[in-house]
Amino acid sequence: MPNTAISVSDLSKKYDDRLAVSHINFEVPLGTVCGFVGPNGSGKTTTMRMLLGLITPTTGQGHILGEPIEHPEKYLSRVGAMIEGPAFYPALSGYENLMVLAKLGGFPIERVQQLLDKVGLGDRGKSKFKTYSLGMKQRLGIAAALLPEPKLLMLDEPTNGLDPEGIQEVRALLRDLANEGTTVFVSSHLLSELEIISDYIVMLRKGEIVFAGPIGELMAQQQPTIIAKSLQHSDLQKIVEIAEAAGHHAVIRNDSVHVLAEMDWAPVLNKAAFDAGITLAQLAPQLPNLEETFFEMTGDK
Amino acid sequence: MLNVVKAELRKLRRPTLFFGTIGAALFFTGLITSFIYLMIDSPRGNGDRGRTIGREVLQLASGSVNGFASVGGFLGIIALCVFAAQTAQEYTYGTLRNLLVRQPSRMKILVGKLISMALFAVAMITIAAVVSVAISCILAPGAKVNTDLWFTTAGFHAIFTTFVNVTISVVAFGIVGMVLGLLLRSPISAISLGVLWLLIVENLLIAVKNSWQSWLPGAQLNAIASGGLVDLTYKHALTVGGIYVAIGATVASVLFVRRDVAN
Repeated sequence: MPNTAISVSDLSKKYDDRLAVSHINFEVPLGTVCGFVGPNGSGKTTTMRMLLGLITPTTGQGHILGEPIEHPEKYLSRVGAMIEGPAFYPALSGYENLMVLAKLGGFPIERVQQLLDKVGLGDRGKSKFKTYSLGMKQRLGIAAALLPEPKLLMLDEPTNGLDPEGIQEVRALLRDLANEGTTVFVSSHLLSELEIISDYIVMLRKGEIVFAGPIGELMAQQQPTIIAKSLQHSDLQKIVEIAEAAGHHAVIRNDSVHVLAEMDWAPVLNKAAFDAGITLAQLAPQLPNLEETFFEMTGDK
Repeated sequence: MLNVVKAELRKLRRPTLFFGTIGAALFFTGLITSFIYLMIDSPRGNGDRGRTIGREVLQLASGSVNGFASVGGFLGIIALCVFAAQTAQEYTYGTLRNLLVRQPSRMKILVGKLISMALFAVAMITIAAVVSVAISCILAPGAKVNTDLWFTTAGFHAIFTTFVNVTISVVAFGIVGMVLGLLLRSPISAISLGVLWLLIVENLLIAVKNSWQSWLPGAQLNAIASGGLVDLTYKHALTVGGIYVAIGATVASVLFVRRDVAN
C-alpha cells in the first residue's frame, strides 16, 4: 500500500511550441487535503488531465494510488474528479445526469439520490441541468465526483460560482472527506480559499513548481511582520528609522509601518518608540497569508 | 461494455430525442409509402427520381415492403443525424471527460455508444417497418393492388430480408455520422456536412455522370436498403459501402483513442 496518493516525477506537457507543464515533481500524502495553487493558465488543469489519463504527458511519470498514470483503468474506479467545471447534458435532469454516470461506472443507483441530498440538490434533482444556476451546477459536479466513494478526490476550482454559504459548505465537505480518509486534491486560483482547508500545498507558476510540501512548512519559511501604527501620522517615518537602525526592513503602507521582524522584537520597538516620544496606537504581529507568500515566492507583485 | 450501453441508452430514451426521432421516421415512412400507392397512375412516377413502381411489382411477395425499402435512405439520414449529434455533443458539452474518467477504455466507450445507438436505430426501423406495411395494406385495395402474395412464406421472407437490409444500411449511415462527429467534434458541422453530401452533392454528381453512382458512399448505402438496384447490385453496394464505412470507422477510432481530451 503506497503512502502517497499522487506522485509525479519530471512530468511535462508540450503543445506545439508551448510548454504548458514543465518537468514538475511533487507528492501528495494519503489522507490529506492538498491545495493545487496557481494563477489561471499556470498548468493546473493540464496536470490534472494528465493524472486522469485524459491527455498524454510529453515526458515524465506519475502514480496515482500506487498505479502508473499510463494505466488509468487501474485506479480511476477509486478516483472522483471534476475537471474544468461541471460538464453535463443540458437536456437531462441532475438526477438523470448522475444516473448516466452511475450506470457507466457500475455504481449503486441509490447513491444518486443520497449524493444529491448531500450537496443540497435533493429537491432540484428532477430539474433539467440547463435550468441550474452556476452554483447548482458546481454542486452537481461535486456529487458526480463523489459517486465512486473515492479514495482520491480531484476537484478543479470547485467553489467557482458558489455563494459564501456554499463555499463554506464545500470547505466543510472536503474536510469531512479528508477526516474519513479520502485524499482531496483541489485546485484554485483563490489562494485564500485553499489556505483555510489545506494541509499540503503544491504551487505552480507558468508550468513550474514553486513549492510543494506541508503548508505549515511553507508558512514557517516566511518572515513575520510587525504592524505598528502611531497616533500622529508624522511619526510613521520615525518608526521606519528606528526599525532600520535596528537592521529590520520597514515600509509605510496604509497609515501603518510594516516591519519585517520576529514577534519578540515588538517590545523592543515599543520601548524605542516610547523613548522617542511616539505613542503607538497599534502594535501587532502578522504572518503573511498564502497569497502574499505566493507573490513573494514568484516575485509577481 | 454493458455499462456503457446502459448509460448511453439512458440518454437516448429522453422523450424529446426519442419521440422526435421516431416522429421524423414516421413522417418520411408515411409520406413515401403513401406516395407509392396514391400516385401509382401518375405519369411523373411514384418512386424516387421519377421512377415508376407499377402494380405488377407491388403485387409480388415483396410488395408489402416496397415503401419501407424506399424510405431506407431517409431513415439512414435520420440515423446519421442522431449518431453524429450524440457523438459530437460529448465534445461540445465537455462531457467526454466525465465518460473517460468513469470508463478509461476509449474503445469500450466507442463500441458501447455504437451498440446503444444501433439498438435505438433498430427500434426506429422496426416502428417504421410496421407502419409502412400497415399503410401499404390500407392503401393497396384503393390502388387496385392485389395483396394475396404479401403474407405468404415468400412474403414474410421478403419482409425479413428487407428489414435486415434496411438495418444494415441505416446503421452504416449512423456509423458515417459517428465518424463525422468524431472528426469534426461539432454536431452542427457533422450533421451539415453529412446531409449536404448525401442529399445534394452526391445527387448532383450522379446527375452529371450516372456511373459515379457505383462508387459514391451514400448511393451504396441506399442501394443496400433497397436490396440492390437495376444498375447497382446488392453485392457491389455491400462491398463498396462496407469499405467506406470500415475505413472511416478505423480512422475515427484511432483518432479517438489517441487524441488528447483537452476541452
